[in-house]
Amino acid sequence: MHLYLPIAGLSVNILVIIGLGGIVGLLSGMFGVGGGFLTTPLLIFYGIPPAVAVASAATQITGASVSGVMAHGKRDAVDYHMGAVLVAGGALGAVAGGFAFRALQDMGQIDTVVSLLYVVLLGGVGLVMARESIGAIVTQWRGLKPAAQGKRHHPLIAVLPFRWRFYRSGLYISPLAPFLLGFATGLMTVLMGVGGGFILVPAMIYLLGMSTRVVVGTSLFQILFVTAATTMVHAMTTHAVDIVLAGLLLIGSVTGAQIGARMTHLMKPEYLRLLLAFIVLVVAIRVALGLTWQPPEIFTVQPL
Amino acid sequence: MKGLKRVMAVLAALPLLMAAQAPRLVPDVSQRKIDIIYSFTGAELLLFGAILYPGGKTPSRHPEIAVVIKGPAEPVLIRGKRKIAGMWINADSASFRSVPSFYALASSRPIGDIVDSRTAVIYELGIDNLQLSPASGGDPGADRRFEEGVVDLKRRGGYYSETAHGVEISEGVLYRARISIPARVPVGKYTAETFLIENGRVVAAATRDIDIAKSGFEAYVAKSADQDSFLYGLCAVILSLALGWIASIAFQRLGK
Repeated sequence: MHLYLPIAGLSVNILVIIGLGGIVGLLSGMFGVGGGFLTTPLLIFYGIPPAVAVASAATQITGASVSGVMAHGKRDAVDYHMGAVLVAGGALGAVAGGFAFRALQDMGQIDTVVSLLYVVLLGGVGLVMARESIGAIVTQWRGLKPAAQGKRHHPLIAVLPFRWRFYRSGLYISPLAPFLLGFATGLMTVLMGVGGGFILVPAMIYLLGMSTRVVVGTSLFQILFVTAATTMVHAMTTHAVDIVLAGLLLIGSVTGAQIGARMTHLMKPEYLRLLLAFIVLVVAIRVALGLTWQPPEIFTVQPL
Repeated sequence: MKGLKRVMAVLAALPLLMAAQAPRLVPDVSQRKIDIIYSFTGAELLLFGAILYPGGKTPSRHPEIAVVIKGPAEPVLIRGKRKIAGMWINADSASFRSVPSFYALASSRPIGDIVDSRTAVIYELGIDNLQLSPASGGDPGADRRFEEGVVDLKRRGGYYSETAHGVEISEGVLYRARISIPARVPVGKYTAETFLIENGRVVAAATRDIDIAKSGFEAYVAKSADQDSFLYGLCAVILSLALGWIASIAFQRLGK
């Protein structure tokens, strides 16, 4: 069953795209990540132009994070104060990213830069996550108690001026830290079509030292608004948002996410994190190989 | 460049304009307008027509026919990748002023056998005779490499094609050719040209226009994305919020 995508300019198999959204949604529900890091490369492998894949994946993540924000909001697990600072940084990052995207596109280097960012960020996060989860599994296996997490923020953060109180996060830190963090994820959302949860969550825990109870909810809250801002930036600068593609992905991912969220209890969290680390590393390696293999097309045509 | 080509074509056709005894072509196409709608997976065009000979008598030798469907020409930038530091990166580029977005040729016999090379160049018969007009002012060798690159890309993508024996001529009077239009076809004003060829020369030519356009919902979406980009983006955001919300509510109901 084929459907023509008006912006991507090609016909796709509806079931493949919905299925793709479903698998990504399932994973995002299980692991509490947006899944953009999977959607964007898979769409590009399928033949969707990279700009359209990045822009439409951002739109899809907005929808996928709605139910998470609602669920965490009901449980009072969102620090709206912290979220607002993150969103402000993220929105600015998205706008800056829009200009960077346009400039890289004009230079013809957007694909290479996006791929390199994928390799570095996913590879790094994947390795850290794998080491951490294996460590946790080994400690458990030996019957030891996990070492208590010191809930202190990074010394670099303490240096920053003007401190604010973030009650729900249990922090008294400079708003510049979350603002910069938000800015970085906003940039990533525009350039890579990812929500940035896989960077945001560890950074909130290990750099800011936020109370883990509000980390996931606040990160989802930020992702919801920043991906929405990214959709607007892409719609107005690159004109690459394909509403039909995003809609198909959403149908799959919103249902997948609900099912995934109910499957979380099937596995211990350490094993779940190890599995996620494995998937992240596989994507990073695949993208890295794609950079070094001779591409099927040496030439690319761009209308002037 | 285009004007010059037209003048040359007219000059080449001058002898036959003066000779009132030249044959005439009456061409038609199966579809004057191709609408790209949601289920578009390509189309097949039938080009057919009749050759009218003066006095109604068919000559003893067989005429040859070539038909060309050409998409709108556009200026493009072509980038070439090279391996730098172990990675394939876009390294150099060249621009061309008029690259046809689509070119399909069908002829009654291989095109090289029925026209001489000068005629082939004048009428742009054959993929190798397309004039892409390099605009970078770089060295001709590099332009040649990029030109071959883009032609090869378009050929494998199904945008450029040549079919020898693609035109059927019956009784020396009626002809027909089928040309398939791929799903990823670029939109715009297309032309279907028919050439009647005798002794290696074009003796009659006729053109029909074909309009290929996105229509219905697809056209509306593409237009809004381009013109009302703010509202379009807003709609995309609202759509994703709504779908996420609906799924969340629906599954909560299911859970109870």
